[in-house]
Amino acid sequence: MWYLCVFYHRLLDYRRPEVQSLAELFGGPGAGDAVEWRMPENHHEDSPFHLVRLPGDERLAAQIANRSLLVKGIFELWGQGATYDELEKAIREYPDERKLPYLTPESSFKIVVDSFGKVISFEEQNEIIKGFTYIPFEGRVNLKKPEHKFFVLETDDYGSQNGLPPVVQKTVFFGREVGAADRHLLPMYQLKSRKYIGPTAMDCEMAFLMANQGLTRPGKLVYDPFVGTGSILVAAAHFGAMTMGADIDIRVVRDGRGPDCNIWSNFEQYKLPEPLCVLRADNNLPPWRPGLKEIFDAIICDPPYGVRAGGRKSGGRKLLKGIIPPYTVPDEKRENHIPSTAPYSLAECVHDLLHLAARMLVVGGRLVFFYPMLREDDVAGVAKFPEHPCFKLVSSCEQILSLRYSRVLLTMVKVGPYTEEVERMGEERHQEFRENHQKWMEEGNLHTAVFSPAEHDKKPESDRGSKPKYRGKFAS
Amino acid sequence: MRLLTHNFLASNVKGVSTGYPLALEVAKTSIKEVELNVDFLRGILPKIDWRALFAATSAAGFPELLAAEQPPEAELFAEGAAAVEGSAIRRLHHALLEIHVEEGTLVCPDSGRSFPILKGVPNMLLHEDEVRH
Repeated sequence: MWYLCVFYHRLLDYRRPEVQSLAELFGGPGAGDAVEWRMPENHHEDSPFHLVRLPGDERLAAQIANRSLLVKGIFELWGQGATYDELEKAIREYPDERKLPYLTPESSFKIVVDSFGKVISFEEQNEIIKGFTYIPFEGRVNLKKPEHKFFVLETDDYGSQNGLPPVVQKTVFFGREVGAADRHLLPMYQLKSRKYIGPTAMDCEMAFLMANQGLTRPGKLVYDPFVGTGSILVAAAHFGAMTMGADIDIRVVRDGRGPDCNIWSNFEQYKLPEPLCVLRADNNLPPWRPGLKEIFDAIICDPPYGVRAGGRKSGGRKLLKGIIPPYTVPDEKRENHIPSTAPYSLAECVHDLLHLAARMLVVGGRLVFFYPMLREDDVAGVAKFPEHPCFKLVSSCEQILSLRYSRVLLTMVKVGPYTEEVERMGEERHQEFRENHQKWMEEGNLHTAVFSPAEHDKKPESDRGSKPKYRGKFAS
Repeated sequence: MRLLTHNFLASNVKGVSTGYPLALEVAKTSIKEVELNVDFLRGILPKIDWRALFAATSAAGFPELLAAEQPPEAELFAEGAAAVEGSAIRRLHHALLEIHVEEGTLVCPDSGRSFPILKGVPNMLLHEDEVRH
């Protein structure tokens, strides 16, 4: 059935993939791909109003909406029009058997007037509501806990002031609410009231979105190999998953800032089950038993890509570069020895991550991670993401961070089993990588590209001239 | 560290081929309740090395908790077994997910390298001269 899906006007790229992931989560395998989208006439892709066809019954639509973060509401659309007269005509034509069950005398209801890109005063809202006398409402009005909520949604013929490319035509929608996001989660989990956070703790809204992309639910096991203060696992645990994490920095995972301010206290604070384990381990040399594979249902992480924080791996910087010859730690010093680490380039890190995920995810399991992109590279509109024979890309959602770079949330699904063949290919590619990765992407490259001073003498974007620009891209 | 984790961990010190199972030496344990999820246990059971788990429960001070051999799945996942106090599945759940090693050591069976567990976090990081290149 087709619904009107109204989104919050934020994280635009993340909205459709979230709905599709949740369709997959509640509707079963294939339900995500079965979702179809259309835009109302004259609406740009980034408008909050989308038409969506969801598989299954209305219960599925409600589940999707209620679990989501970015769906303001999913509505059964009773009518739409450029004017209120057109709307009335459409609603009158909408079949009675779809309308009457929600208008019965024993039910309660309320009508909400909402708008995008304009403000409607309280008086105007009342006038609009009074205009709906042609709908035979027989139930009682209940403003606090109505059984049925009806929405009048108005968009105006705005200019471009609200950040969208101009739409020429005003549209009014009328629909019955099927479900809506519970954004109360956000103030509850906001980072500023969390006890233990680090400089790169994941914003809670994004962490919940990542958990949704990873199809997190009770009975599933979620792993974060760069766990830090656990901000991603907190979201996964909120949705009922069992969690595991690892990090190379022992101060973060073991000690935190004291007995009541550490990764464990973050779970205690929200009364969530704590992770099954937090390990100190190196993603470059994961300590899993030989032959162990396919245990995690999702791997969700934000790898260190060297802009805010750089990655580290085992084995001494000078040692790996061959500046100093291999040495042995003397036996008497082994106990309290602090092993030195070397920078871990983004390319190697992502390569290791894909290899780990290929091995440790169950078939059908999801790998969800952030990948940085220099926006200059994106000019042709062709984004290059890492690939692996075991994985299929489900979605890529860009979040612009600065004029120069953005991060892309990649969601991949494991489509093939981990075989000896894959392992061998992985090993080969890994060797190649170790030999070539320094040429490929030198440590700190991204950092330099993001933070180097601007070249003022370069003519800014001369070739892109006068096309209308919006969100830093060109509106079509 | 839950014993589930212990079951998955191995030593990857240079020159060691299997490094599994790690011998568990326990100084302090605690019990942390976790909600039992049958589907989770059903999914994870084929990945469990029962002998290593059995050895770990004994080392953690619960030698009677599990049978030395893995009980048949029909018994573990019998209808309603999860609600019965002391059933095989309840004991498996307890062993895998509720026994938490707070302090102790994991010892590599091949090289004798020991990995300390402090505040529940096993430190699996290698020294420079143990890293395989």
